[in-house]
Amino acid sequence: MSRVPAAFEPAGKAPRDGKKFALRFWSNTHSRGMEITYSVVEKMLHLAAPLFKAIGYERLEKPVAAVEAAIKGTLFDCRMCGQCILSSTGMSCPMNCPKNLRNGPCGGVRANGNCEVYAEMPCVWVKAWEGSKPMEHGQKIMNVQPPVDHRLKGRSSWLAVSRGAHE
Amino acid sequence: MDMSAVHPHDLGPTPAAPLPELPEHSSRGRLERVLRRGEFAITAELNPPDSANPDDVYERVAHFDGWVDGINATDGSGANCHMSSVAICALLTRVGYSPILQISCRDYNRIAIQGNVLGAAALGVCNVLALTGDGVQGGDHPEAKPVFDLDSTSLLATMKKMRDERAFLSGRKITDPPRLFLGAAENPFAPPYDWRPLRLAKKIAAGAQYFQTQYCYDIPLLKSFMQKVRDMGLDKQAYILVGVGPLPSAKTAKWMRSNVAGVHIPDSVIKRLEGAENQKAEGIKLCIDLIQEIHEIAGVAGVHIMAYRQEESVGHIVQESGILKGRQPFRRAFATLADSEMPPSSVAMGQVVTPG
Repeated sequence: MSRVPAAFEPAGKAPRDGKKFALRFWSNTHSRGMEITYSVVEKMLHLAAPLFKAIGYERLEKPVAAVEAAIKGTLFDCRMCGQCILSSTGMSCPMNCPKNLRNGPCGGVRANGNCEVYAEMPCVWVKAWEGSKPMEHGQKIMNVQPPVDHRLKGRSSWLAVSRGAHE
Repeated sequence: MDMSAVHPHDLGPTPAAPLPELPEHSSRGRLERVLRRGEFAITAELNPPDSANPDDVYERVAHFDGWVDGINATDGSGANCHMSSVAICALLTRVGYSPILQISCRDYNRIAIQGNVLGAAALGVCNVLALTGDGVQGGDHPEAKPVFDLDSTSLLATMKKMRDERAFLSGRKITDPPRLFLGAAENPFAPPYDWRPLRLAKKIAAGAQYFQTQYCYDIPLLKSFMQKVRDMGLDKQAYILVGVGPLPSAKTAKWMRSNVAGVHIPDSVIKRLEGAENQKAEGIKLCIDLIQEIHEIAGVAGVHIMAYRQEESVGHIVQESGILKGRQPFRRAFATLADSEMPPSSVAMGQVVTPG
């Protein structure tokens, strides 16, 4: 990999080239399908809450986080921030933005819709805006998101959803 | 000295003191007053010095004296290192100017930012501009660690909470809250174009009371943006100041649009500069023309002049564009008149331009 123009967390992942196929772009284009799929997953997580509680959330944390990282890593290039807002960002993971923006694009988006920092990568938020349009609850992109809780990095958002429903 | 043109609300007991309180106002600064009165406001960007000498700040700001309602102290703009924005603001409030503290999320985490906001307010700063910040790849320290702990929108929400709920993000109480006029940036000239007005709405929801935009060289694009803004009623919820600036030459304009993040300059502008005998003079003329056109667009509350390395032309640009309409923005001499006990300044002020 050629030298990246600046250092960004998490290190070691090359920015996606917009001209090449990536599953993350496919998931983003199929945001409505992803929304429907997730609504099923969400229901299951709520239903599973008593079971998860019986097993113990902390005991489940590592294995569930690993499964979640594998699935969402493949589909969305998920960075496991532990507080997933994909449903509010048109199924485009905001943690792939080199500025980690959670509330929309910066002012540096290039005229071709690519990232200010990575000239070959489509802006995460241009994609988010496109992805949010066909979604039933696409207007959630207008919600003001709080700052990231960095303690949650690497933890499972799914368990957090389940736990939130249970407690 | 004719002080009759200065609005009585815009002068305080001493230059460094916040102005007397006014009902409904969230700050005790001059910029908010000018905008709330419905006057066409003018702000200008100060090019911060690469030095530890306060005279460098005062010499540069002298070009703005009597021409602007707010002075932006940039915060490592373009990810280049300069004198800090808080320090520049503190130097400016000492002599009565109304600085706008730019805060870039690139360089500080939430602990540093909130501390700086309280400190700046204690030093008399009444206006802030919440920015994400240019990426470090464009500056003189590309090897630096970018922070981006907050983003511009969550930074606005943080400062609104500090001011209105008198609390830090953590919930811990603030005994005396910072009385700030909260500002944000917008770039109507970058994709996704149809989302830009909605992004404005989102920032207003987070706490933005005024906006300063990126350089405008494309009036049709600005007009379609403002049309959507008016349709959504956003111009009634926040003041929009459109960014302008004189281009020194066609060559620089070309360099800017390919190297400065977020700057959009249409070919027609480059052609106009190329066709001119004196490109620098034409750049200033173009800037004046743009200001006059922008002034006519409904919903625009003012202009923000970014005359990088052409600070000396700001007075001329403001005067020739005729946007002041006889109004007299703050001049440093008024502060010394209002407070005769203030010790005479030892600072070199350069040549002060007299309004025509």
